[in-house]
Amino acid sequence: MSADALLKIAGSGLNAQLTRMNTIASNLANATVVAGSAEEAYKAKRVVFSSLMLNPDQQNSLQADSRRGVYVSEVVDDTESVKQIHEPGNALANDDGYVFGSNVNEIEEMVEMLDASRAYQNNVSVVSTAQELMSRTLDLLKV
Amino acid sequence: MKSTLDSYFAVNAMALQAKNKRLELISENIANVSTPGYKARDLDFGAFMKDAASRASAPSATNSRHIEVGSNVNNFENAITYHMPLSPSLDNNTVEIGVEQAKFGKAAADYQAAMGFLENRISGIRKALRGE
Repeated sequence: MSADALLKIAGSGLNAQLTRMNTIASNLANATVVAGSAEEAYKAKRVVFSSLMLNPDQQNSLQADSRRGVYVSEVVDDTESVKQIHEPGNALANDDGYVFGSNVNEIEEMVEMLDASRAYQNNVSVVSTAQELMSRTLDLLKV
Repeated sequence: MKSTLDSYFAVNAMALQAKNKRLELISENIANVSTPGYKARDLDFGAFMKDAASRASAPSATNSRHIEVGSNVNNFENAITYHMPLSPSLDNNTVEIGVEQAKFGKAAADYQAAMGFLENRISGIRKALRGE
């Protein structure tokens, strides 16, 4: 079914953007977490999207709708260096009196969030348009 | 053997399929707006209809002893075009969301128009059948 494909594609987009939103929420929630070493410190998570392309030998068939759209292929750590904070009183501090904060940049996360929410909205409008067209196509039976 | 009704609606059906395919491709572009390396695709309606017309007039195998000349399945592959970005991006993604949004709106309107033509044809044939 053809309009079904539209809904599936937009649905995959919604799903991917929601996963992105979740990582942003996680990053913001963990922004102030400190750890005893640079390795243990929280690193901002970033999603990597990949597109679900059609199987080359099915490219011509209208039925090959099942694998379309986008998905989250991996979640990677941000490579930005972590913040080193001098806090000798902290229970987690190392021998030199340092604790290691996360490398989350709140401003960056906010921008990411706006982008994700815009992309989500775009997919939502695709869904509503697809639904409208679908019901109109079904109305052909009543003409 | 195609019936009269089949050939009466053939053009509309083909057009509707093409419009739908176009919507699919654009929605795919919108879904992949943040996918690194993704290439935005579109459907060249003229190329597709030309292809479909040549397919329709091609000889078809109606007997098991006939030799198949090409396939009757609609081939969208030849009509797919790639969008040239107005400003290239660092991650080689060629989706430009504003352009895609505009295209999607137009494609949806085109689809509705194609449907309007089909509706008219159906009501025309209904009228003829009723003898009103």
